[in-house]
Amino acid sequence: MKATSDERDDAALTAAGLAARLAALENRDTLRFAMCGSVDDGKSTLLGRLLAEAGMVPEDRLAQMIRDSKKHGTCGGAPDYALLLDGLEAEREQGITIDVAWRYFGTDKRAFIVADCPGHAQYTRNMASGASSAELGVVLVDARAGVQTQTRRHTAILAMFGLRRVLFAVNKLDLIDYNHARYHAIELECEKLAHDLGISHADAIPVSAIHADNLVAHSPNTPWYAGKSLLEYLETVQVERRTDAAFALPVQWVNRPDHSFRGYAGTIAGGRVAPGNEVLVLPSGQRSRVARVVGGDADLDSAGAGQAVTLTLADQIDVARGDVIADPAHPPEVAAQFACHLLWLDDAALLPGRRYLMKLATREIGAQVTEIKHRIDPDTQAHLAATRLVANEIGYCNLSLDADIAYRPYKQDRRLGGFILVDRETNATVGCGTLDFGLRRDRNVHWQQLDVDRAARAKIKGQTPRCLWFTGLSGAGKSTIANLVERRLLSEGYHTILLDGDNVRHGLNRDLGFTDADRVENIRRVAEVAKLMMDAGLIVLVSFISPFRAERRMARDLIGEGGFMEVFVDAPLAVCEQRDVKGLYAKARAGKIANFTGIGSPYEAPEAPEIHLRSDRESAAESAARVADLLTK
Amino acid sequence: MSVTRLQTHLDRLEAESIRILRETVAECRKPVLLYSIGKDSSVLLHLLLKAFYPAKPPLPMLHVNTTWKFRKMIEFRDRVARDTGVDLIEYINQEGLRQGTDPVGAASKHTHVMKTLALRQALADYGFDAAIGGARRDEDPARAKERVFSLRGAGQRWEPRKQRPEPWSLFNTRLDQDETLRVFPLSDWTELDVWLYIRREGIEVVPLYFADERATFVRNGALLVRDDERVPLEPGEQLVAKRVRFRTLGCWPLTAAVESDAADLDAIIAEMLDTRQSERAGRIIDLDPTDSMERKKREGYF
Repeated sequence: MKATSDERDDAALTAAGLAARLAALENRDTLRFAMCGSVDDGKSTLLGRLLAEAGMVPEDRLAQMIRDSKKHGTCGGAPDYALLLDGLEAEREQGITIDVAWRYFGTDKRAFIVADCPGHAQYTRNMASGASSAELGVVLVDARAGVQTQTRRHTAILAMFGLRRVLFAVNKLDLIDYNHARYHAIELECEKLAHDLGISHADAIPVSAIHADNLVAHSPNTPWYAGKSLLEYLETVQVERRTDAAFALPVQWVNRPDHSFRGYAGTIAGGRVAPGNEVLVLPSGQRSRVARVVGGDADLDSAGAGQAVTLTLADQIDVARGDVIADPAHPPEVAAQFACHLLWLDDAALLPGRRYLMKLATREIGAQVTEIKHRIDPDTQAHLAATRLVANEIGYCNLSLDADIAYRPYKQDRRLGGFILVDRETNATVGCGTLDFGLRRDRNVHWQQLDVDRAARAKIKGQTPRCLWFTGLSGAGKSTIANLVERRLLSEGYHTILLDGDNVRHGLNRDLGFTDADRVENIRRVAEVAKLMMDAGLIVLVSFISPFRAERRMARDLIGEGGFMEVFVDAPLAVCEQRDVKGLYAKARAGKIANFTGIGSPYEAPEAPEIHLRSDRESAAESAARVADLLTK
Repeated sequence: MSVTRLQTHLDRLEAESIRILRETVAECRKPVLLYSIGKDSSVLLHLLLKAFYPAKPPLPMLHVNTTWKFRKMIEFRDRVARDTGVDLIEYINQEGLRQGTDPVGAASKHTHVMKTLALRQALADYGFDAAIGGARRDEDPARAKERVFSLRGAGQRWEPRKQRPEPWSLFNTRLDQDETLRVFPLSDWTELDVWLYIRREGIEVVPLYFADERATFVRNGALLVRDDERVPLEPGEQLVAKRVRFRTLGCWPLTAAVESDAADLDAIIAEMLDTRQSERAGRIIDLDPTDSMERKKREGYF
């Protein structure tokens, strides 16, 4: 879709006219808006008709649309303006009809970037990409139905993503006979909805996409409406672009072509910066002054929010990607624990305690949700109890990071408060959220420095503390082999401890069951205990099915590379089931045990274990000897 | 020293593209810029130079040469590489060349072997994990849902269901073995934005975009400009001098010219602003795989 103006019919633009238009186009600004509505509200028809009425659709494409409408339009042969937008066949084939579609159009005053959000009830997650970058939300309302569940849900998501202004386009006005009283009632309903959700600016326009009422020109059908047409509104609406924020720049790239230049490249999240300004680097807290502000290929007097620049500093200090350079008078906050809103995107549920990667601005860091405070009902905003979040659910959670980061609450700054979570195994983007505030909890539990440390305790035992993590199916022989290894180590004078899955579940973990969430917590506790035992100088043998890669990685991260040895006790399911020492497979097959690994719940085999034992091909004694030999050498 | 002002649409597009380019270089192991010599590539290269100034961009550019490009394109390419100092890798599918290429008699096979397969081979041979391209979402309704960082599975296939959401333009660049990324920094640009930016920044483009008197002939209804002797004229065909220009550039026997008087940027933009005909109308698209057909292919692929 192309830009145009009222002058489009002047085939031969005068030289002066062209120069003026080019100047206008070059200096126009942008409005990014998210457009939402239920499936039947006529969203595509409205957008298509708006473009056509504004003269942005070439005549040959209009003619094509009118021909296509007769063949497969949905308006009984009359022009179906929705056809101007859709590449429907292609989308169906690709199976991605539920994604946000990006549309582009413009006038001489403004360029518009439209996130056309899918209307299906269950696809909340697909609104995320569109709403997160939008400056305005446009919500379609069917005049016959007024505010519906979907309207509430879409508006609530816009509110969660921090939109402060929403336009309600009350469509199909022709079907209520342009009744002013009815429209006014809907308008009040919309205003109340926005107010309840904390959206400070709500507007409404009565339209009919089919009849082009109030799209570009004022409609004679609504003499009682004195406001702007939809296009006028979009061209002139003032959206909040914070100009008062304090300077902050997340460092994206350290630019070091040679020893004479060391620059920190990034996009300014807020505020302005100029040479000579004092700056603070977070989270380290070092200070310096800005020497140069380089933009493109020239030095700038100053630069502001949204600009991609490169700063050089007066002092040689250590600054890396992920750090934030900021105004020391009003710096971003620093924390490692947060209260946040989280929208879950993945088909696999969010499990508290599982480790994910978080990306916020340019920082990437290990993260886990430590607690789901509650889930939010998308229709009523009620708080519901939850132990996990599935796709499309929004939760209010506590988030814990591996280290401090610089951030601003999302309400103040989207760029320093919005984050995504990535699954470390599948690499999928599984969640997105907004930081509400930092929790000071960790500041009250100080780390006690102890004079006697792990090395000292290990020294008097004459050994190197390690954690041997035996993983494998039930019946693969983990405990048998671990037991033999411990006997051999003990006989050679090593100090050891064996943590067995079944035994630990009788004590420390007796409050845990076998849901995915409990399995994660089970492993977290055992990994923490193993670490304490290693601090005591011991060689720790852990014998747990530990079916999930993510949890074994959590254990590895917690215990530390080098000390952690993954021992994969590998036997085919059929062999284990045949052995069935404890009779558990039989019960699982009979449906008496839910979530039994290998039957009702998956086992994810290690990809690169330190030791790989094939317990179906060698005896337990042979396996144990191989492990012990490795340790005692 | 220039004075800063409030950000215009072009300013915002520029800043976002630079951010995407920097993100690619910061996060990917071995990125490459796909350079096709066209106007979008010229804009991409300009943005790349800005993104890493004063350093030389820390990545090479790759041109997949089908051996049928206009000579003016190759001249332009070599000069640009020399002037900017960016390393240029030219890749030609030698096996395809040995088997013989025929863009006239077997256009789609030629395009597949010399462009699609060649690109795939080039990326695999050099081990690039991220290829930056100039594709825009406004090129086709089918591209409207493409991501900025588009994930490609084994064999560089596009898998719609594995595409990642990009809230706040936070890009997840993690890759499994065999996976690669295609990165589209111009996703939010329209064709008009591209030309307005070229005009504002004074970016040089291949002169074939501007109207000039050229020796043309008509084949299968397409107006072609004969660039070399490899395609003999058939009976009834003759070279006629016409004022023409190109809206897209590709293999010369597959790229139709349009009659036009637009000899400078202002005139080209004025032509675009006249919306009585879309850019596709009046063009022999089906005979021009460098345009619609090829573009469609690239959507799955590029």
